[in-house]
Amino acid sequence: MIYLQLFYEFFKAGLFAVGGGLATLPFLYDISDATGWFTHAQLADMVAISESTPGPIGINMSTYVGYTTGGIPGAVIATLGLITPSIIVILIVAGFLRAFKDNRYVKAAFYGLRPASTGLITAACWSLVVISLLRLDAFSSGGLLAVLNWKALLLAAVLLALTRIGKLKNLHPAAFLALSAVVGVVFRFGGA
Amino acid sequence: MKELLDLFLTFARIGGLTFGGGYAMLPMLQKEVVEQRGWVTEDELMDYYAIGQCTPGIIAVNTATFVGQRRRGALGGIVATLGVVFPSLIIITIIAAFISNFAELALVKNAFAGIRVCVCVLVFNAILKLLKKSVVDKPTLALYAAVALLAVCTDLSPIWFVLASGLAGVLIQSRKGGVSK
Repeated sequence: MIYLQLFYEFFKAGLFAVGGGLATLPFLYDISDATGWFTHAQLADMVAISESTPGPIGINMSTYVGYTTGGIPGAVIATLGLITPSIIVILIVAGFLRAFKDNRYVKAAFYGLRPASTGLITAACWSLVVISLLRLDAFSSGGLLAVLNWKALLLAAVLLALTRIGKLKNLHPAAFLALSAVVGVVFRFGGA
Repeated sequence: MKELLDLFLTFARIGGLTFGGGYAMLPMLQKEVVEQRGWVTEDELMDYYAIGQCTPGIIAVNTATFVGQRRRGALGGIVATLGVVFPSLIIITIIAAFISNFAELALVKNAFAGIRVCVCVLVFNAILKLLKKSVVDKPTLALYAAVALLAVCTDLSPIWFVLASGLAGVLIQSRKGGVSK
């Protein structure tokens, strides 16, 4: 029964992968090795597509792998498998939090956790900056200035300004995303 | 029922506007869930991210479950999570079925290169908002800088940062007398 196995494999990935969508990647390789449902090359394609479609990467990957393996029911079942452990664990943690939110140790722990959480998000943002605003591979040939992706930096500067201007800053983030997509297409940001 | 539908639709919209990992969801959550609807506070959102990064599962789902359950209990958590995965199911299924070279299309490549720049800026702005709430004194500034630096320079799992900083929080507060109060 392939659907049961799909659910089980993705339940495992959801239960043991900690720290975001790409953390599920090693589990997807394991599934590939253990079942032969898809090859490593197929998986690389699926990751590329998951990164260039809307939706959290982890969910996109589970849906894609599920679809490749078992069609539409496979897509639904793999994704449900991935999210089920999260739902169970978080509901338990949330209950615990509600019961102890006024506990002084819990409060003190969150005093330390909040800056750490912001620090982790900052690190994630930095890796995004490296990918989208810099071209580190150009360093060896062109030196320091070649590392900067000028088109992208200019767009970033414009967006930084726009998101601070009076009425504009209250716009929904989707407006800025749409604008950037258009700019990317018009000025060939992807070099394609 | 109306509230549950609202939860589902809000999180479906957030899921559909998330380009990247769970952190790319942060600007949408701040806008829709904190500012427009007031379902949770900025502080709570930060706590959910902290916990979501060290509990099993992907961050986007963990955060959706948290916000949903805060709003409407266990059922709310399930509904919000189904909402956040809904656009992915539809979009990926269509692409998988019909467009074999999707990631290679020039239009897609260029649009996404632009979108990634925007996600950088939006997440950067989101971080500035979080900093105002999380870095409140010198010890929290030191914790923030240490975690950001170590997370960039090492491959350590987020679990260690979360455990260590929680412990540091308790130690710092107890030295200040905050725990014994």
